[in-house]
Amino acid sequence: MAVETANQPSKLRWGELDEDDGEDLDFLLPPKQVIGPDDNGIKKLIEYKFNDEGNKIKITTTTRIRKLANARLSKRAVERRSWPKFGDAVHEDVGSHLTMVSTEEIILERPRAPGTKQEEVKVVGDSGQIGKPGAVLMVCRTCGKKGDHWTSKCPYKDLAPPSEGFVDKPASEATTAAANSTKGAYVPPSMRAGAERSGTEMRRRNEENSVRVTNLSEDTREPDLLELFRPFGPVSRVYVAVDQKTSISRGFGFVNFVNREDAERAINKLNGYGYDNLILRVEWAAPRSN
Amino acid sequence: MRPILMKGHERPLTFLKYNRDGDLLFSCAKDHTPTGWFADNGERLGTYRGHNGAVWCCDVSRDSSLLLTGSADQTAKLWNVKTGTQLYTFNFDSPTRSVDFGVGDKLAVITTDPFMGLPSAIQVKRIARDPADQSGESILVLKGPQGRINRAVWGPLNKTIISGGEDSVIRIWDSETGKLLKESDKEAGHKKGITSLSKSNDATHFISGSLDKSAKLWDMRTLTLLKTYTTERPVNAVAMSPLLDHVVLGGGQDASAVTTTDHRAGKFEAKFYDKVLQEEIGGVKGHFGPINALAFNPDGKSFASGGEDGYVRLHHFDPDYFNIKI
Repeated sequence: MAVETANQPSKLRWGELDEDDGEDLDFLLPPKQVIGPDDNGIKKLIEYKFNDEGNKIKITTTTRIRKLANARLSKRAVERRSWPKFGDAVHEDVGSHLTMVSTEEIILERPRAPGTKQEEVKVVGDSGQIGKPGAVLMVCRTCGKKGDHWTSKCPYKDLAPPSEGFVDKPASEATTAAANSTKGAYVPPSMRAGAERSGTEMRRRNEENSVRVTNLSEDTREPDLLELFRPFGPVSRVYVAVDQKTSISRGFGFVNFVNREDAERAINKLNGYGYDNLILRVEWAAPRSN
Repeated sequence: MRPILMKGHERPLTFLKYNRDGDLLFSCAKDHTPTGWFADNGERLGTYRGHNGAVWCCDVSRDSSLLLTGSADQTAKLWNVKTGTQLYTFNFDSPTRSVDFGVGDKLAVITTDPFMGLPSAIQVKRIARDPADQSGESILVLKGPQGRINRAVWGPLNKTIISGGEDSVIRIWDSETGKLLKESDKEAGHKKGITSLSKSNDATHFISGSLDKSAKLWDMRTLTLLKTYTTERPVNAVAMSPLLDHVVLGGGQDASAVTTTDHRAGKFEAKFYDKVLQEEIGGVKGHFGPINALAFNPDGKSFASGGEDGYVRLHHFDPDYFNIKI
């Protein structure tokens, strides 16, 4: 017991501590100093303070005073300038950056370049629809004209061949042409006509008899696509690309058929088929590039 | 220009007001302390402590001695501008939304919100020369409009009171008898709630901003629609340049939607329009929340905007602003 009491005085009591580093020592600090403003309007304010650890610190605040051009102040306003601060403003520290000048230069952003008249802009807008960045590329599917009108407004609508909606087309010539063009070039045995291809099919199941469907409307989902393609034959996979962030359909998808013939029939039937409000584009999916 | 940023408020700004000489700027916010600033360098003059709710509106007397503030704590308070002391408290039964001193500073119009079954009202108070003689009784109480009255201001020579609010109708009342004199045309008028109303310097016309994404310029006496300024976001605040034929609209998407969209989608700029040609002159960016308050310095050489982001931005125009040509 006696030992304990002997120990105590050596310990610092927080009650005493408080007195030691209080504001009592403030008189030891050098007085506040104001230098300037000089010719350039630079004003220096030097203050001394004790920080939390009790060390003396010197705070130099350099400010630039700018004179406002043609600033006219009434006598009353000049008088108000010297009003004492009140409320929370009294205890404002030097360090509290309540008022700051923006580091960013803000300009009055003109909607169009100064000097250009609106009429001119309009003319450009009318003729150069496609020239504008971000404008929808306007291509007429009937006459192939760009930027003039939409397909539905085509003046040659009646002259155009009937749309290839739900008409059977002979198996696209493009594929045969492609096959012909490869003549002469080396074709690996596995790819040659009549070659046994089951081996590769096993590996790339996902790309087998895969049909790419583009120009889907935003609210087409996988069940809708399945419904659309199932009449042509057994379907092994349906996939609609969905944006991960917005979870809105990206407007394309893939359908895998069990039989290649079914896929071909589906392509011939559904390419150019009007689905929702859009015209579908159905084609063989290009194999993955890697 | 390099705007001066003033971060004195913890909550969204609600209103800004310059005094007559344009050397002081008063800001109101949803935190409870209206603040006075020096309008030249943005230095804080002081805070007016005493309200216990969001402060919605303020007005300062012509001689810059009295400040009147209206708050959601169901009071309106008169303050000594110089010392920040409270001079008088008007008590109401519902939150006060807008305050306005009449010409001569002897009258003030204060609007109160619909609250606990009470309808919204426009109340006229007499302001005593000596605060000691101030009394709280209303000399006129106007009722009738449905929903909140967001702003009520005095017409020329204090003969009328102009009000606009949630019911999207602008009304002109006789300030003597309390009779409804004029109502804005349904066809020409706003389609959604009116958020702000601001008089021209000479009190011949005023501008109203609305959530229907437009601002309209009206004749103060006849209430005929003069101009319409259409924009692409709800208008929360309007101001008119006292120097040039410019109007400024501030707004932006609803504060609740800000975090769900890209910051560029918010359109938080202060948009300048030509008052006569109704054509957009330009935009001043900077806030990262909708603009709730706008005020033009009476000299027309600077303007202040207050946003949902809690900042007041004080813009002193560059010299080239004064000779912008369309």
